[in-house]
Amino acid sequence: MAATDASGPTRLGKALRDAGFAALVAAALSFPILALRAEADMNNTLVLEQRWSWILVAAAAVGSARFFASLLDDWRARAAAVLGAWALLFGAGLAVFSRLLDRDALVWALGAGVLLLAYAWFQETRARPAPAAPAAAAPKTRDALRLFAIAATAAVIAYPIVLLFWLGPQGSLKWINNYGVQILIYVMLGWGLNIVVGLAGLLDLGYVAFFALGAYAYALLSTTFGLSFWLCLPLAGVLAAFAGVLLGFPVLRLRGDYLALVTLAFGEIINIVLTNWVDVTNGEAGVSSIPRITFFGLPFTAADDGFAATFGLGFSPIHRTIFLFYLVLALALLTCFITVRLRRLPLGRAWEALREDDIACRSLGLNTTNIKLTAFALGAMFGGFAGAFFAVRQGFVNPNSFTFMESATILAIVVLGGMGSQTGVALAAVAMIGGTEILRELDFLKRLFGEDFDPNQYRMLIFGLAMVTMMIWKPRGLVSNRQPSIFLKERRAVSGGLVKEGHG
Amino acid sequence: MENFVQQIINGLTLGSIYGLIAIGYTMVFGIIGMVNFAHGDVFMVSTFIALILFLALTQLLGLPSIYLALFLVLVAAMVLTSLWSWAIERVAYRPLRGSFRLAPLISAIGMSIFLMNFVQVTQGPRNKPLPPMFNDVIQLSGLPGAANGITLAWKQILIMAVTAVLLCVFWFVVQKTALGRAQRAVEQDRRMAALLGVDVNRTVSLTFVIGAALAAVAGTLYLVQYGVVRFDDGFIPGVKAFTAAVLGGIGSIPGAVLGGLLIGLIEVLWSAYVSSDYKNVAAFSVLIVVLIFMPSGLLGRPEVEKV
Repeated sequence: MAATDASGPTRLGKALRDAGFAALVAAALSFPILALRAEADMNNTLVLEQRWSWILVAAAAVGSARFFASLLDDWRARAAAVLGAWALLFGAGLAVFSRLLDRDALVWALGAGVLLLAYAWFQETRARPAPAAPAAAAPKTRDALRLFAIAATAAVIAYPIVLLFWLGPQGSLKWINNYGVQILIYVMLGWGLNIVVGLAGLLDLGYVAFFALGAYAYALLSTTFGLSFWLCLPLAGVLAAFAGVLLGFPVLRLRGDYLALVTLAFGEIINIVLTNWVDVTNGEAGVSSIPRITFFGLPFTAADDGFAATFGLGFSPIHRTIFLFYLVLALALLTCFITVRLRRLPLGRAWEALREDDIACRSLGLNTTNIKLTAFALGAMFGGFAGAFFAVRQGFVNPNSFTFMESATILAIVVLGGMGSQTGVALAAVAMIGGTEILRELDFLKRLFGEDFDPNQYRMLIFGLAMVTMMIWKPRGLVSNRQPSIFLKERRAVSGGLVKEGHG
Repeated sequence: MENFVQQIINGLTLGSIYGLIAIGYTMVFGIIGMVNFAHGDVFMVSTFIALILFLALTQLLGLPSIYLALFLVLVAAMVLTSLWSWAIERVAYRPLRGSFRLAPLISAIGMSIFLMNFVQVTQGPRNKPLPPMFNDVIQLSGLPGAANGITLAWKQILIMAVTAVLLCVFWFVVQKTALGRAQRAVEQDRRMAALLGVDVNRTVSLTFVIGAALAAVAGTLYLVQYGVVRFDDGFIPGVKAFTAAVLGGIGSIPGAVLGGLLIGLIEVLWSAYVSSDYKNVAAFSVLIVVLIFMPSGLLGRPEVEKV
């Protein structure tokens, strides 16, 4: 860009100064926490393990990131340059410390680094066309998104069948269960929370409490009274929605961040009660031997009246997994469908209006308490459904599945999906939950980072950083344009960044 | 009776620590109106910094005097924790000023998750126990009705004294110095203060730094008193300290300490006389009840909603 050329040398100097400063700060920050590790030895006394080279690594990583962020204008160039610099650093680290010296890894790291830096240079220097007006581009994006959503739904419906034919019942079990069902639970929870956070703009940090209530509702009703899953599913939803209303009535007149803290406290209280009310919930030990799912009354067993025998199929555990997959898919799509339709009703429009400006809503005579309450109750209801499903899938529940970290994970999915966007939330769930599961499968990561490398350890670390990055980079989300649901002559979408938000 | 007095002493000790953390919440909330969700985790980071520095001084450098070691640890922990908090504000909060309403809070939640997991990854998930230190106690047995006597540990006196001194110092800073005036000006009207020549960014940064330094004092004292830290130790004390700030009236420094003492007393008495399993429920219920029925707290000013 012209401005860059004119101020080239000074800009470079400034970038170097920034980078040096950032590296110094990173070194100082990492001095006690990174360089020394306190670990209890055999006698349970703490001893320090020294690893001073980590300071150098942290300083180099932060310094190079700051250098390119300060030097380059285009965000693509910045991201590519930072990643490239890290790849080069990683290669250099492999060569110097040689603990894991691996020629292939070295070549890959250096090659990727050079390629990324070249791409960054190309992005930064190429002439860019003037950005198109957001309003003109929006309808095309909208159609593309709709097409994508339909195609993705079809792909998800076909997913277990394709896998079954491809990998056989044994091979596909892991892929349908760990990836399919697991991700879809989070998609559903994300969509449920999206009603509360994305549409109504109420930050709920205790969403997992409703999930827990649904799970325990099914677990306790089925083990104590022998009620079937199909009866408990709506009951769990109603119970969770009722809890949502109960919590909502007093707290919904609080302003945003107070509301967040109160919902957090509520979630913690539910968790503590589940842990300590041993007579009912069996405490930490949890509720086990919860009845498994049945095909509308036919159990998935090898018995004569089981699902397989009735339909003349050979017994296989994959039947249950596939049924669970379609069940959670149906529940998730129901959540999505209801949300999308509600957005077009006056109620849904009121949610979004409330999110944009609380005070304006009240001035226009909307009953904000009722509007918030419906959002809260609906979100809680879907959380309850998901909870009942979770209990029937696991066959076992205990309070450890319902901690604040779980709430934070769901919130991270909603935030990264671009609050309010159904497609975005689904994509974020796939990327965040599926992504870390996939990382576990990759052998070359084990070769790079050692045998005991476990990406799950880093999952929440990355979630946290991603939330911060997302807020700084695109606070209104990746897929953030505001679609008017009612319009006079033509539909003119407004880019999310242009929406000025009121305080409330 | 002696049991009750003993519980009061323990409650005031715990409450002093909550009060020191709560000052950080209340000052940041006062000046930029955001709940610094990561503040509890900054406190946790400070306990780890203190622990590691203490081990480094006594084990690696072989410092003979434990008092000198503790003093050096306190100073170094304050400096390093302040740097952490400064960096967090600079990276995660400053770019979001003027962004939409929930953005800083979500960013702070992200930062909190990051800090917790960063310490877990780098320091390991297990408890870090230190052998007990400063075990000298005073036996108070002359009190009427006290049969077995009440023990008052010197470190408990230290914790309460440090809290009282710091409260006075920071009350003086906010009321009488140029920094305090700048803070109050930014609190009232950020744009007007900037027009009148107050460096808003610097003032906000300093507020974060002061809050973190106090959290580091709390962290060091926490380590001395309880002797064990863990990576998720910041979350629950953080929420309780925020409760303390709300109870005392958010934005008010004496209120934060008062709220902290009250929360400490409630927690300790609740676990002594009602149920120790549900002591956190007591503190969280206080948060809910105060926010609903008394949102301006004990010493706070009622909030006026501006359009």
